[in-house]
Amino acid sequence: MLPEEDKNMNENILEIKDPVLTLEGLSVAYDTNVAVKNVSVGFKKNSVTAIMGPSGCGKSTLLRAINRMHELYENIETTGKIILNGQDIMDMSTIKVRRRMGMVFQRPNPFPTMSIYDNVIAGYKLNGIKLKKGQKDDIVERSLQDVTLWDEVKDSLFKKGTFLSGGQQQRLCIARALAFSPEIILLDEPTSALDPIATAKIEDLLVKLKESYTIILVTHNMAQAARISDYSLFMYLGELVEYDKTKKMFTNPKDIRTEEYLTGKFG
Amino acid sequence: MVKEKDSVIKDHSGSRLLKDKIFLIGIIIFSVITISPILLIIGKLIVKGYRQISLDFLIETTPNTFEAMTSIANGERIPGGIANGITGTLLMVLLAAVIAIPIGLITGIYLYENQEKRLAGVIRNISDILQGVPSIVLGLIAYLWVVKHVTQGFSALAGSTALAIMMLPMIVRSTEETFKMIPNAIKEAALALGVPYYRVILQILIPTGFSGLLTGILLSISRVIGETAPLMLTALGSSVINWDVTKPTSSIPLLIWEFYNDPNMVDLIWSSSLLLMGIVLAFNLISKQIAARRR
Repeated sequence: MLPEEDKNMNENILEIKDPVLTLEGLSVAYDTNVAVKNVSVGFKKNSVTAIMGPSGCGKSTLLRAINRMHELYENIETTGKIILNGQDIMDMSTIKVRRRMGMVFQRPNPFPTMSIYDNVIAGYKLNGIKLKKGQKDDIVERSLQDVTLWDEVKDSLFKKGTFLSGGQQQRLCIARALAFSPEIILLDEPTSALDPIATAKIEDLLVKLKESYTIILVTHNMAQAARISDYSLFMYLGELVEYDKTKKMFTNPKDIRTEEYLTGKFG
Repeated sequence: MVKEKDSVIKDHSGSRLLKDKIFLIGIIIFSVITISPILLIIGKLIVKGYRQISLDFLIETTPNTFEAMTSIANGERIPGGIANGITGTLLMVLLAAVIAIPIGLITGIYLYENQEKRLAGVIRNISDILQGVPSIVLGLIAYLWVVKHVTQGFSALAGSTALAIMMLPMIVRSTEETFKMIPNAIKEAALALGVPYYRVILQILIPTGFSGLLTGILLSISRVIGETAPLMLTALGSSVINWDVTKPTSSIPLLIWEFYNDPNMVDLIWSSSLLLMGIVLAFNLISKQIAARRR
């Protein structure tokens, strides 16, 4: 009985050829409470992968494990392998890991003491990396262009970032993550604090950004996952239940739990 | 429906309005009682002290008792001023701040970063206890440590040491509380950019919490600026302007005490107190202003 179940589980999880990022047997525990259980999955380069699931299913925990944010907290233990382009990131310094993976949080969190300009190059500034004025200007303009914020703020670059609207602030935070040209961008429910118009802008942006970045997006919004993601992961109670192309999963879920979640039976 | 209710439930609105009024009047009376001491104090100081306040008062040193007696006999203003006290207070408070601010900030950061650790709990408790230690006891400690062993005599350094110990717990606590108020999201944003931890503290936490830290520091200064007892045992006092930290030094509150003991100098008590009160008030108002702007 058990081996068969195992086989079933594997069938529900899509295998990605030449993944840019692979998780192997990743588990995360808060004290003794295991929030993410033995997740193994590969992420496709230059695509948007959505991590879905009801509240408390461990989707944010999984995302934050990827750039090792959990190491800030002593009571959280992460086990397993995270392989980025063939290298296990557990063997790298967290500083290097985080420079290769940008992260955007649930609520926009620009640095309140910094101008828009300084927020974009904060990654360089805070790390003490010296740049020439021209280089800085280039990075700021390119990053803000990438997030379609340039035209809105080019005349007020030296105003505080916190004066922007919520949606603009969130795009600024994405620009800040892009400034380092990371390989992967991790987004933790980036639109949950935004209105529909700001949300639509961010969604368009993510679709555009996948041309040059690999995007992993946690969302509790199924419609959002359906709109913008190429691949979807469904998690339930810390387990990876199903992983497939988004279209396939939404039209033909294999696991009964996925189907019930997608049809709104729980969530 | 409404009529039915009216008939069943008695109309109490008259007596309730009356109660309301009584409470309101009570609150106003007690509020006035609360603020009246400060108004009376300031009023008294101004009325009694303004006559002595002049440029001389700020730039001249204290007169001797004979000069004061002569001028009183002639019905003139007492000559001289309290420049030795002003400079002494400046010297000792500055030195105390220089000692207390770095230690207090670092300890506060440690407590914030290690909320749950036992050592942090112990330090937090000790710091709270320190806040309750009578200032004269701190003066005694500074006497034993500094006057007897470091400067071999009464000195500004000894006074500053006592004041710095008084300032420490306030700075520690305000630093910890300020940092606690900074959203974790901001710290995480910096860490997610691969910023090493010490840089997050120096470049994110301290600038973001700057006004809070400054408020704590200013309040701690205004707390010690009027301290007298510990200085009697450490700085002793001086009738000349002294900038040498190893020599006895005066301060405004020390001078007030000296004037109190000299019947000829009574007028100077009020003007010195007025000046001291003004300085403390200014520090308080400035720190309140900074704290308000932060919100």
